[in-house]
Amino acid sequence: MRNPGTTHGGRATAPLPVRKVPKPLLSAATAALGALLVAGCSSAGSGSGGAAASDSKITLTVGDYGTFGYKQAGLFDAYMREHPGITIVEHTVEQETDYYPALQTHLASGSGLDDIQAVEVGRIAQVVKKQANKFVDLGKADGVDKGAFLPWKSQQASTTDGRTIGLGTDIGPMAICYRKDLFQQAGLPTDREEVAKLWQGDWAKFVETGKQYQAKAPAGTFFTDSAGGLFNAVVSSSTTQYDNGSGQLDYKNSPSVKNAWNLATGAVQAGISAGLKQFDTPWYQAFANSKFATVACPSWMTAIVADKSGSANKGKWDIATAPAAGNWGGSFLTVPKAGKHQKEAEALAAWLTAPAQQAKVFTTVGNLPSNTQALGRPEVQNAHLDFFGDTPTGRIYAATAQSIQPTVIGEWDGLVKDTLTNGALLSIEQHQSDPAKAWGNAVKEIDDKVSD
Amino acid sequence: MLDEAVPATPLGRPRPAPPPPRPWRARLYRWDLKASPYLYVAPFFLCFLAFGLFPLLYTGWVSLHSVDLQTSDQMQWRGFDNYTRLLHDDLFWNALRNTVTVGLLSTVPQLLMALGLAHLLNYRLRGRGFFRIAMLAPYATSIAAATLVFTLLFGRDYGMVNWLLGNLGLGHVDWEGGTWTSQIAVSTIVTWRWTGYNALIYLAAMQAVPHDLYEAAALDGANRWQQFRHVTVPTIRPTILFTVVVSGIGATQLFGEPLLFGGGATGHSGGSAHQYQTLGLYLYDQGWYAFHLGRAAAVAWAMLLILLAIGALNLALVRIRRSRNGG
Repeated sequence: MRNPGTTHGGRATAPLPVRKVPKPLLSAATAALGALLVAGCSSAGSGSGGAAASDSKITLTVGDYGTFGYKQAGLFDAYMREHPGITIVEHTVEQETDYYPALQTHLASGSGLDDIQAVEVGRIAQVVKKQANKFVDLGKADGVDKGAFLPWKSQQASTTDGRTIGLGTDIGPMAICYRKDLFQQAGLPTDREEVAKLWQGDWAKFVETGKQYQAKAPAGTFFTDSAGGLFNAVVSSSTTQYDNGSGQLDYKNSPSVKNAWNLATGAVQAGISAGLKQFDTPWYQAFANSKFATVACPSWMTAIVADKSGSANKGKWDIATAPAAGNWGGSFLTVPKAGKHQKEAEALAAWLTAPAQQAKVFTTVGNLPSNTQALGRPEVQNAHLDFFGDTPTGRIYAATAQSIQPTVIGEWDGLVKDTLTNGALLSIEQHQSDPAKAWGNAVKEIDDKVSD
Repeated sequence: MLDEAVPATPLGRPRPAPPPPRPWRARLYRWDLKASPYLYVAPFFLCFLAFGLFPLLYTGWVSLHSVDLQTSDQMQWRGFDNYTRLLHDDLFWNALRNTVTVGLLSTVPQLLMALGLAHLLNYRLRGRGFFRIAMLAPYATSIAAATLVFTLLFGRDYGMVNWLLGNLGLGHVDWEGGTWTSQIAVSTIVTWRWTGYNALIYLAAMQAVPHDLYEAAALDGANRWQQFRHVTVPTIRPTILFTVVVSGIGATQLFGEPLLFGGGATGHSGGSAHQYQTLGLYLYDQGWYAFHLGRAAAVAWAMLLILLAIGALNLALVRIRRSRNGG
């Protein structure tokens, strides 16, 4: 029998070293050292990335999320070539839901801010209402032509006293991306005009088409990716969304929210949703694995469809007009006042949102311009995305962009949308919760969060 | 020879008086003797004051106000409203329940496994050094990296765990969607990261157990299990208590693993139905998604009070036990 291994000695008590009285100098040194240590730990974190502004060489940082496409389109490189004194560093966060809280923390503490910060359309109302004084008025900046943007777009980033704190980057006119091969196997038409006719004018027809699809669906596939995506699409194509039109959150009485909720829960009950959580890993994987046949497809979504479906599915996706024109997403560039290089940042933001650059971003990654001149440019109108074959993406999205009705985006839209889609609707998909109960819980949570 | 080096002082003749100490010098010496220990510890305590105590008290102050993160320079006095609100918020109680269940699901298996592993590593094994270092590898992995890998493993449609379960003919589990499954998944990440660390602490304690205790036990006919039960465990009990306390504190503050497990869409809410929202996530959700810093501060203080209560209970149990054993 072997006993547990090593037992080093017993409990040896080391004799305490006899303390010699140190020289007074030593204690003075200790005090100095202590002061140093304290100073050391208190100054940590206050240094910021940008090198001290020497006249010739400065670094501009751009904070954004997802795919803004500036790097992909080579715009940063082009700008740096034109301005040899400027280095641009992009800080990208994958998900906007992670980006925005961090931006708020930086704004609250006044440090860690980038020279240019992107803000998503669902958040812009909140920033405009509560924090406009923390941002530079870009309406008056050099090289900015406010009138060139879609009026509703610049309206969203303007304060009541007429200051414009954000320059529109892209907008998200929505269409439906669908899988031709899966539609064919389910006995549905595949031509984009005929497909659009299946659901023209009414989202309820879209759900009905889903039931037809599901009846003959190829094994393991679903008509659409998620109830949350459908809900979002329906709300986004309505003129009244979560806000009652005069700055008051009133989602409980909004007909479009009610309609969207009924359609989305109906889609879950009919079994036509794959029950995925949008922008989550399994959702991305499902593109490659052909798990669903349609996804509500704002222009920026084309980049995700192309990227995640992979080359094996190239040419299988097409784009049809949605039941109703709507806008989902889109962003703004802002310049915080806390930045060190405001003038240079203004110039860069103006340049990045100018027609030529917006058109370039669209032809590279598919983010549709918010600048009307850019929308009209031939390279936008005639654009084709390689992944989608002969689909006239430019024409489809530019046409939708023209028929979008302006809507009032309220302060709490982002939070309400998140709670209803990623909370309530997803819980119905994952837990088979009773829709009425899920709605009740969501309402309770939203009411609690939007109260003081 | 040595003696000769010391000049002899003739008896009877008074020693020459030492030069009178200069008074300021004496005072300096005395001052130095008394004050320098404080100076030595001062750096720590100054840092603690600035970065420990002050934030703690300031958080308490904030928790009595309504503060919006977006306009954090404006504070409105609320008294204890933020605390009474907590008592009436189902989501707070849900988070507290989840924290307890995830805490138990992660801490109990973790410490039991650590104890077993430490016991095995205490034997003279071939390649013992390698095993001991390997134990620490999960601990040295970043939470983000570990959680991302586990999130893939626990994926609903294409995760490896479900693939294995499928091959074994067992169903297909929506790990993140379910209540117990998501809590088990989060607990697995915690257990994976901390088991080795605790095992090394136990191992260190086991190596200090006197060898003769085992010899005596063996002479009395105790087998290995009995030795473990009656010699090892009682001897390292203080260490076990320490790991229980530390793991308990860690479990109460659990944050990174569930946040990253849910991802950007549902991380902050702890799942679509808050099924794995811990107190840490609840705090984050209130403070950084709804921007109610005052409420978040109240949650932080509630967490502190809960920890203090657990600590007091722990102390009381130890006292009772000691007085029963000693009495």
